[in-house]
Amino acid sequence: MRATPALAVALAAMMLVSMTIGAASVDLGHAFSDPRTMLVLLESRLPRTLAVALTGAALSVAGVLIQALVRNRFVGPDTAGTAEGAALGLLAITILWPASPLWLRMVSASVSAMATTALFIAIIRRLPVREVMLVPIAGLVLSGVLGSVVTFIGWQTDLIQYIGTWLFSGEFSGVISGRYELLWIAGGAALLAWFAADRFAIIGLGDQVATGLGLGTRGVLRLGLAVVAVVTAMVVTTVGMIPFVGLVVPNMVARIMGDNLRRTLPVVALSGAVLVMACDLAGRLIIHPYEVPAGLVLGVVGSLLFLWLLHRRPAHG
Amino acid sequence: MDRRAVLILGGLLACLAGLSALWLLQGLGDGNRGFILSLRATKLAALVVVAFAIGISTVLFQTVAANRVLTPSIMGFDALYVLLQTLLVASLGVAGFAGLPAGAKFLSEIALMTAMASGLFGILLLRGARDVPRMILTGVILGVLFRSLSSFVGRILDPNAYAVVQSVSFASFNKVQPDLLPVAMGVTALAGLAAWRMAPRLDVLALGRDPAVSLGLRHRGVVLQVLGLVAVLVSVSTALVGPVSFFGLIVAGLAHGLMRSTRHAALLPTAALSGAILLVGGQWLFERVLGQAATLSVVVEFAGGLFFLYLLLRGHIR
Amino acid sequence: MIRIDGVGHRIGNAPILHDITTHLPEGRLTALIGPNGAGKSTLLRLVGRLEPLQQGRISVGGHDVSTTRTEDLARVMAILGQQNSIASRLRLSELVGFGRWPHHRGRPTAHDHARVAEALEAFALTPLAHRFLDEVSGGQAQRAHIAMAFAQDTDWLLLDEPLNNLDMAHARALMGRLRDLVRHQGRSVGLVVHEINYAAAWADHVIAMKEGRIVAQGDAHEVLTEAVLSDLYEAPIAVVSHQGRPLVLHHV
Repeated sequence: MRATPALAVALAAMMLVSMTIGAASVDLGHAFSDPRTMLVLLESRLPRTLAVALTGAALSVAGVLIQALVRNRFVGPDTAGTAEGAALGLLAITILWPASPLWLRMVSASVSAMATTALFIAIIRRLPVREVMLVPIAGLVLSGVLGSVVTFIGWQTDLIQYIGTWLFSGEFSGVISGRYELLWIAGGAALLAWFAADRFAIIGLGDQVATGLGLGTRGVLRLGLAVVAVVTAMVVTTVGMIPFVGLVVPNMVARIMGDNLRRTLPVVALSGAVLVMACDLAGRLIIHPYEVPAGLVLGVVGSLLFLWLLHRRPAHG
Repeated sequence: MDRRAVLILGGLLACLAGLSALWLLQGLGDGNRGFILSLRATKLAALVVVAFAIGISTVLFQTVAANRVLTPSIMGFDALYVLLQTLLVASLGVAGFAGLPAGAKFLSEIALMTAMASGLFGILLLRGARDVPRMILTGVILGVLFRSLSSFVGRILDPNAYAVVQSVSFASFNKVQPDLLPVAMGVTALAGLAAWRMAPRLDVLALGRDPAVSLGLRHRGVVLQVLGLVAVLVSVSTALVGPVSFFGLIVAGLAHGLMRSTRHAALLPTAALSGAILLVGGQWLFERVLGQAATLSVVVEFAGGLFFLYLLLRGHIR
Repeated sequence: MIRIDGVGHRIGNAPILHDITTHLPEGRLTALIGPNGAGKSTLLRLVGRLEPLQQGRISVGGHDVSTTRTEDLARVMAILGQQNSIASRLRLSELVGFGRWPHHRGRPTAHDHARVAEALEAFALTPLAHRFLDEVSGGQAQRAHIAMAFAQDTDWLLLDEPLNNLDMAHARALMGRLRDLVRHQGRSVGLVVHEINYAAAWADHVIAMKEGRIVAQGDAHEVLTEAVLSDLYEAPIAVVSHQGRPLVLHHV
């Protein structure tokens, strides 16, 4: 497939650009001779660039998984109550045990995200099968309801500032070394999904087909839920929600390459990284030296892409 | 109108009057009575205007969309209004915009909103009638797009004032601007009257496009008129309290349930009155009894969202 | 009469009708027949101005469909489409009552109420008049929709597959009712039918369509022949005579 090298080159180029843009001007050529430049690069620019790429890749893969699990192309981790679930879990542990260690907070966020995503799946299984467009609507409303619970608790406990950073459009400007490493867990979870790619592809064909092929659907469902929840929880707690990536990237890739997940997952991950990287760069350049959050740029770009996907002629017809 | 409808409307009216009296007079001490009374009256008027606007606009929109689970704000009407406000600020400059008199500014926003919304949602509804869920999803995503665009433009306008933009995206029944109130009341009354005069045509419109055309209704024209009224009313409620997504859903559901009739001449006032009772009663409960004025909007949205999911699960999509 | 002159229609890039010129004679029951996708429903909907006319001209009783005010057309013809799911929760009597709307525009008179009662009676719906639409069977709801079009009291009645959801007894009753309208009340009826023997038994005039074109038209006897039908449906079809009318057979 020629897409992969092209995407990889594009990503590498944008990562290089990303290293040089910022409030302090940096010349890559002097990185090794000038310790200050090296410091800026290692402490701020490189972590930020990696965070952007990891977020894009992991969220897109999570999008593929959730779309396979609910068998609907119009959902993503941001429209399935997952992000709000993560926020809810984090909020709960913060209130119950303010001094809890980081790992426990992350476990709490992930478990809670998994629970709300499972709730979403339980709800949509009860919707009329043929109404494909109802699924994303139900997801959006469920996200809204959960979000209002989070906001309500936030108000009551004076944690609203804290919550704001998770649920509003995510941004990478706060990323420095030591504050983004959780995203590697998200990346790891996405990689795990690749090893089980065939299973997810089969699950996407339906329970009957999966059972017919001798695949236990429950186990795959749980694995998929876990990956989606972990990815989303890590992203939300580290940089905030980045909307639409998990929704549009899998759609675009499937449109061109089909649904053989083992073949397409790497392309999905690369494309997601490229898209988020491009939006982050755009957000940093538009009103330089100020920034527009990448999540906000994606809110605009992503919803336009989604509208296009929704109204394009079907590929087969 | 039959006896039952008259009785219900009379009961609702009496209930609202009682609540209003309670709201105005409860615990009115000897000190500065006039001041407290005018403060309370302003808030009461604002709540009633907002409830009327939301109740009527939701019933109208559900009729024009031939769908009982939609509200104008689910479809992005209020997001469009916020976007237009932001764009106006962007084009006139913050100082120039603030310099305009509040009433004139508001009226021009309403005019712009009406033109934009009838055009955009007219196309969406008239062309999307065949595939209702796709149409709804398009509206929902348009709402997301408008919201993102307004934050985006706001951020570019003033990178330091991100918080200001975000405060607009939350509903609050506590921050009504009193200077908008007279205009808002007038506009709501006019729009409500116009809707009420359209009632027989709305009854026919509710049958769906084909039967309505067969009965000689100027379908396209009526759809655009109704959308215009919806846009006006949504502008009023959004300008006064911010975006409220699901309150209208509860109110319209209540009105349909109470009336058990499809006559808009009865439905529209029922929705307006029951909305006002809910809002005034809710605000009274939260502000005076529970002492948490800020949370009513959150609770309303939460309950409304659950109600929406319930309707979806019951298969009430069309 | 309904004149259709040079009418063509496309949906997107797909041609649905090609340059159709024909007429539906006055005072007769006209059936549009043909295989799925022939364009029958589209043609009927164009006549009933449910779809905007893209090309050609259509007039109903001398009224040009694209230039006459829609309010006036509603007193000349009533059309019933195929999709009749209604969002509002209506009683049968209320639904049929809307048939009088073109005449009273929101202020019904005693005469209107009498016509509604008559329509309910004619379609055996009087006992169900106070039931809600979602509380009756599909066939009963379908009859209510037809009664509504009937209550509109127009010279022309256009029905798109009115026999959907009706059992044999009610389908027979409806066709008999329609023929009665034509014979004794001087009205004219146009309808799309799938079950060809209903056309064979009751229609005066038949228009056979295939792939957006008219392949045969004329008296039922002239059109419902073995040659025309076998060609139309691309299957061997036998036509015999039963009680003086054609009867179409197609086993094996």
